[in-house]
Amino acid sequence: MDQHIAGAIENINPPGTTVMRSRKSQGVVRRLVSIIVQRLALAVASLFVVSLIIFGSVTLLPGNYATAVLGQSATPESVAAFERELGLDRPAVERYVSWISGAVKGDFGASFTSRGDSKRYVSAMVAPRLFNTMFLAAIVAIIAVPLSIFLGVICAFYRNGWVDRILNSTTLTVISVPEFFVAYILTYFVIMRDNFVMTGWAQALPTWLSEWLATGFAAIPAFPILSDVAPDMGFIDRLWMITLPALTLGLVTVAYMMRMTRAAIMNLLATPYVEMAHLKGVSPFSIIVRHALPNAWGPIAYVVTVNLAYLITGVVVVEVVFVYPGAGQLLVDAVRSRDIPVVQACTLIFASAYILLNLVTDIVTIVTNPRLLHPR
Amino acid sequence: MSTTINPVTQRKPFKPGRSRRTRIWKAFARAPLTAWFGVVVVACYAVVALFAPMIAPYGEAQVFPEAFAPWSSEFMLGTDQLGRDVLTRLIYGARNTLGIAVITTALSFFFGVSLGLVAALFKGWVDQVLSRSIDIVLSIPGLIFSLMLLAIFGSNIWSLILIIAVLDSTNFYRLARTSGLSVASMEFIEAARLRGERPSWIVFREILPNILPPLVAEAGLRFCFVFLTISALSFLGVGIQPPTADWGSMVRENATLITYGDITPLLPAAAIGLLTVAVNFVVDWFLHNISGFKDEH
Amino acid sequence: MSTDTRGFEARQKGGNLLEIRDLRIDGFSNDTWHKIVKGVDLVVNRGEVVGLIGESGAGKSSLGLAAMGYAKPGCKITGGQVLFDGEDLVGCSEKRLRELRGNRIAYVAQSAAAAFNPAKRLITQTVEAAVCKGLKTRDEAEADAIELYRKLQLPNPEQIGYRYPHQVSGGQLQRIMTAMAMICKPDLIIFDEPTTALDVTTQVEVLASVRILVEHYHTAALYITHDLAVVAQMADRIKVLRHGNTVEEAPTSEMIADPKEDYTKSLWAVRNLYKDPSERDSVLLRVQNLSASYGQHKVLDDINVDLPRGRTICVVGESGSGKSTLARSIAGLLPPTHGSVLYEGKALPGDLQQRGRALLKKIQLVHQIPDTALNPRHTVGEILSRAVQVFKNLRGAALVAETVQLLERIELGETFYDRLPSELSGGQKQRICIARALAADPELIICDEVTSALDQVVQEGILKLLTDLQRQLGVTYMFITHDINTVQAIADEVIVMKSGRIIDQGLKTDVLAPPYHPYTELLLSSVPKMETGWLTGILEARSAAPSAVVSS
Repeated sequence: MDQHIAGAIENINPPGTTVMRSRKSQGVVRRLVSIIVQRLALAVASLFVVSLIIFGSVTLLPGNYATAVLGQSATPESVAAFERELGLDRPAVERYVSWISGAVKGDFGASFTSRGDSKRYVSAMVAPRLFNTMFLAAIVAIIAVPLSIFLGVICAFYRNGWVDRILNSTTLTVISVPEFFVAYILTYFVIMRDNFVMTGWAQALPTWLSEWLATGFAAIPAFPILSDVAPDMGFIDRLWMITLPALTLGLVTVAYMMRMTRAAIMNLLATPYVEMAHLKGVSPFSIIVRHALPNAWGPIAYVVTVNLAYLITGVVVVEVVFVYPGAGQLLVDAVRSRDIPVVQACTLIFASAYILLNLVTDIVTIVTNPRLLHPR
Repeated sequence: MSTTINPVTQRKPFKPGRSRRTRIWKAFARAPLTAWFGVVVVACYAVVALFAPMIAPYGEAQVFPEAFAPWSSEFMLGTDQLGRDVLTRLIYGARNTLGIAVITTALSFFFGVSLGLVAALFKGWVDQVLSRSIDIVLSIPGLIFSLMLLAIFGSNIWSLILIIAVLDSTNFYRLARTSGLSVASMEFIEAARLRGERPSWIVFREILPNILPPLVAEAGLRFCFVFLTISALSFLGVGIQPPTADWGSMVRENATLITYGDITPLLPAAAIGLLTVAVNFVVDWFLHNISGFKDEH
Repeated sequence: MSTDTRGFEARQKGGNLLEIRDLRIDGFSNDTWHKIVKGVDLVVNRGEVVGLIGESGAGKSSLGLAAMGYAKPGCKITGGQVLFDGEDLVGCSEKRLRELRGNRIAYVAQSAAAAFNPAKRLITQTVEAAVCKGLKTRDEAEADAIELYRKLQLPNPEQIGYRYPHQVSGGQLQRIMTAMAMICKPDLIIFDEPTTALDVTTQVEVLASVRILVEHYHTAALYITHDLAVVAQMADRIKVLRHGNTVEEAPTSEMIADPKEDYTKSLWAVRNLYKDPSERDSVLLRVQNLSASYGQHKVLDDINVDLPRGRTICVVGESGSGKSTLARSIAGLLPPTHGSVLYEGKALPGDLQQRGRALLKKIQLVHQIPDTALNPRHTVGEILSRAVQVFKNLRGAALVAETVQLLERIELGETFYDRLPSELSGGQKQRICIARALAADPELIICDEVTSALDQVVQEGILKLLTDLQRQLGVTYMFITHDINTVQAIADEVIVMKSGRIIDQGLKTDVLAPPYHPYTELLLSSVPKMETGWLTGILEARSAAPSAVVSS
């Protein structure tokens, strides 16, 4: 994005153009601001509708809210008491307003699991877990995003070469199997580190091979196969605990992002202006960097968004495999026990994050497309 | 004009369609190895799913005294945590998981494509309303949305199918709408309108044949996705419920075996992966062919 | 500007700059390799402009790219030599090719809009070749670029380069691309149909500025086009290609005056057709005070036209003049905002849906691009028999018989019945479109640029077919075109349109003869003539009377 603004503001030569171009750059900034404000308003509007859906869908609950929680045998009195306790006897609009105004302040009310005086507040349940989820997602994103864009560019550059072929088939395999498969395979390797000699494989295979494999497995660090992080853990310890979930998520997201980046760049490499650049004698590397990438930021931003969204939401499965105390696992537990306030809170948080990411993509796409920023 | 009709009617008219059939034949003859692999694998899964009761050595929920039995001639892949034959569960799992995924994809295809075409044809406010609603649905992450809806409606097979079908139909909607719009702007549609054709003719005879190939390819890929989603939900314990055999929940139920270095729990996951790869190969080949037809001169 | 350029020295030195020997290029499509260029020889001397002419599929673009040692993806050079200044570019290292390209050999592509990177400023792209090879500093290069823009008569030469490609017009883009090719003062430029996508009045301007530049720097050029009249203005020597083979080669004046091969003559086939216009008997359709708009944008402004029965009325104008919109309004595809259309004195409903089948049957529309006008998934038989079925209510054997008869009427046989549109040539597809219109036994056929996408011989065939059909059936044509030669070939009456208004109308012999309306004169004088001195003449005439030049 910087290059266009820089290009608009910089005034090298000729002297006569300076005034005109700086005036133009003001127009660009104003246009940019108005576009961002417009998108922001749109994002807030969709967030509002989404919150309505999340809140409203609860009223679709078949049967009674309270009986679903307390069971069919609950007496009318206990149902009424339960409803009063949770404020369910008030009208829907009132409940929505108090819910959403609480949510904005980070207060999502009490969980259904709270009984009597021992209130369990949703925000207290979600906050530490949300931190864990975000920590995992951030670590993976920091490594996976640059790596996969780099690999995608490399694959597009050496298209149909051996690097491309190997990465292509590997990533196809990774995205074709369920995440829990990748997770368990990694776990399996770590377990084999200590247990390989005892398995049937070690006896069945020829001695040299099993010895070679044993050495190989022994070289794997003893990553923890259960990521039970504690709140008071240091950064390094935390990193160590989440190695396996991070690796799993990393493999999957890198596979997706790399394939999508490659496809986006390949599309651009087939355009006439890239052919023109070839005919101007521009080197293949410059073509990728100077001609393909400036047009690829929009598509790449989209790819990154989709995968970051996946990172925040798709962690659910990985958290369950490695028993990582994240928001995803909390959500699954809440779904199983039908603890609706927790489900609502998690959904709203994830949806907000997702809408925010989409907003960023939109803005990146607009900023990198001169057609939108510089009208005729 | 009428004077020349008679000699013409004597001639034998051509049978339309012959050339199209030979083309399909040619495509099969030229299919690459990966495509053949894909077709064979998909066919095997289909056979196993259809004839599960005949192939499986035991009953779906038949319990034997020995839990976690090792691989043997009696239990080819051992038994699970309740003492059920793993091979039998795998075979029935194919039937249940595949069946549900097929139904879901079909429903999703139907919802998405019909709404997408409605939006593409009527344009204006119909399109606006539909597209904005779809945008809203898409602004909630899919897995999270389905988890929330499952919490509300409960985890039974039909709510699972409907929830995933509705959420997933957004993809078909978008593809059908964009390709429908681009085909509807073609001049042969204008020619049909100038002929005074009814909307039904325009949709079914002019537009659909042109947008069906990419939609079918999309259906193949979405099938994989639905399949993976259902497995993931079952793995999380909120999808297909026991005692129905299902590959996702099988992995979860027997996951502890992995800690003992036993790979049996990973077999269902591998089965999922193999099918997904196979479907991908078939779709790639199909896409290659439809683009090939377009280039033919 | 000084004349001590490399091109000037080169011209002094004389001799071959580019020599192509027995070049063979194969292309891969439909899972097999096809021969595209089948052993062509070509010589371009220093400072010489060679015209390469041929119709679609002649291999002329592949040959032009091969002159830079480049083959499009899916093509490969299978044999022969491309000697540039004595150095064989076939099998030359990529590094060496990169040194030559953009520096000593440059390329001007057909579609400027596609060949510019949408994300980068024009001047950045103009100077790229010089800067990235380290031949000039960025400042020097930009100064040179602005100088070139000035020479190419671009408006605002100091500022236009700082715009993005979407911010300038097609004709300007094409000239900026010429500047981009010129930035290193190359020895040789390949022009690949640089004016094909432009309107005639813009084409003249681009041709003129290109020629001034090439002459000024004594650059050798390979000028590829399908239009012999254009190449006659630019080239010293012309080579005619067909199906990847050489047909003939001669100095330009000789080629124009006395072509040896029949094929060469067929390249201007349409110019040789002429229809004697006949006066109108009666009016079939009358357009009264018609206005129409797309959204807020008004495209037709108070149009009044009579279509004479049994005659051909040609609507002429440049892109954006509203001529196609007029056709669509009459056909009912775009309801007018104001005014009416009277068919045999009765008002036609503006919207298609209110016209009954009997009315729809009478007015038929043939589209410009047959590829999109025929459903690619339907066979020819399905396409035609549906129209017959709808309009004539036939079934079974009678339907097939009538369809086959239609195929014979457009000079295609029943063997086409089972084919898909993708298996037909452009001309055959357009014939199918005409047959589909004929299936209704219409009284009026609106032809929207039906020949403009086709090669000359094919155009000639279609025009003759249309004339014959009119003679047999007495059908009325409203024929929309931007090509004056087509007007001469088919019209009885002419309407000249500009910016949604009618500028001039009347019998062909009246409109296209003095005294002219000024715009008609500009339009007519911009059409390249088959004589070598035409461009020089027109430029002199216009510089003498600058008011006649309407800037793009």
